[in-house]
Amino acid sequence: MIAPKVTPRVVLYEGDSAAPLESSFRGQLMTKILERGFPVTIARSDRQLGSPGSPGREPRMVLGNFSGKLPPAADSTETAGKPLAEFRDISGLDLEAVLSVVDERLADTIDAPSGKRWKPWFPVIDFSRCTNCMQCLSFCLFDVYGATSDGKIQVQNESNCKTDCPACSRVCPEVAIMFPKYKAGPINGDEISSDDVRREGMKVDISALLGGDIYAMLRDRSAKAQSRFSKERDDERALKERQRCLDKLKTTVGNLDVPAEVLSSLPSFDQIQIKADQARQRAQQALAQQAAQKTQ
Amino acid sequence: MSDQPRILYCHCAFAQVIPKDVKQGVLEQLGAAGIEFDCVPDLCEMSANRDPLLQQIAENPDIRIAACYPRAVHGLFVAAGQPLPLAGPEIINMRTLNAAETMEALMKPREASAGIQIHENEFLETSDVGADRT
Ligand code: SF4
Ligand code: SF4
Repeated sequence: MIAPKVTPRVVLYEGDSAAPLESSFRGQLMTKILERGFPVTIARSDRQLGSPGSPGREPRMVLGNFSGKLPPAADSTETAGKPLAEFRDISGLDLEAVLSVVDERLADTIDAPSGKRWKPWFPVIDFSRCTNCMQCLSFCLFDVYGATSDGKIQVQNESNCKTDCPACSRVCPEVAIMFPKYKAGPINGDEISSDDVRREGMKVDISALLGGDIYAMLRDRSAKAQSRFSKERDDERALKERQRCLDKLKTTVGNLDVPAEVLSSLPSFDQIQIKADQARQRAQQALAQQAAQKTQ
Repeated sequence: MSDQPRILYCHCAFAQVIPKDVKQGVLEQLGAAGIEFDCVPDLCEMSANRDPLLQQIAENPDIRIAACYPRAVHGLFVAAGQPLPLAGPEIINMRTLNAAETMEALMKPREASAGIQIHENEFLETSDVGADRT
């Protein structure tokens, strides 16, 4: 699980005691600070400089064209004797110079430098559609899903999700799983058409025909392939074979749009079997919990 | 209450789902509009991080959020245990609007938008779903 995290905020101050930033400079500066992972507030008054009622959300840095004279707020925004924010006069500095000020003060507050951060790719459940059937929990091999103490489906381990893989959204019979950064609707959160619902329904029917479990099919194919591989002991061919099986699986079950990297890095046959059994058990437990709560 | 709801802009990092020129155009025009506003690097990341800022946003229904599909944005707040109020917040979708259209939706006077919900949301009471992850 990812621990709750507060990211320091940068305020670009353009109130009474600072000259306005030049328009394209402001735009570029905001973009660069956002790309570094920090929220930015454009403030035109001192109101934005301290947020005493919201610990943790106070700005860490206030940048402005102060022309050598910091605003009165620079002295007054403090808690227990500690300044809430560091005020920096950026008059006359170019973009690079301002960014080095930001980096120097804030770089240690984020986990990874920009460009190396985790791409936040994970399933988001539309609870207005979800029926808590637990198919997603049974399907996912990477423990992304779990259940709350009262048996409700929950996305618990976002960072375990395989980047750019939307496969679980395809197994949800209610079209309730979104990936906001996915290219197309309705997975990206776009409105759901009756066609989408019909298509998802068909997919489940296909999956039911295959024994109700896409991974069971995957396992069978892997098992067949594996017995061949053990004879051939040829890793490259084994990989190609796995890819071929998965491609076939894709065309049988519909385009799952699973990236090739994810397909080729799927766990071994044994691991898949163990994981799938564990996931199924967890789903069954959650459903039992739910049922027990209903009868109470 | 000011004439304008507070504006929150999501920069949608890591993915090209919102065209660069839309993001750039909106940021620049917001900056030039002489108003106060907030920008976040990526609402998805904040949802995964359970960032306390989401709580502050959710507590203020007088807000316009420039991000992506309203269903996705609502889902992200629910996932973080901080569902947005059913009435009030307006979500402007930069995946389907260009910079000028986004700005128009963000800047229109309160009266013009009163009663108009960009997205008819029907989210259930799900505040317990995202909060405590075990
Ligand atoms: S598969 Fe869909 S409907 Fe079933 S629990 Fe998961 S999100 Fe909900
Ligand atoms: S909420 Fe939408 S616009 Fe914002 S980061 Fe997520 S996908 Fe991008």
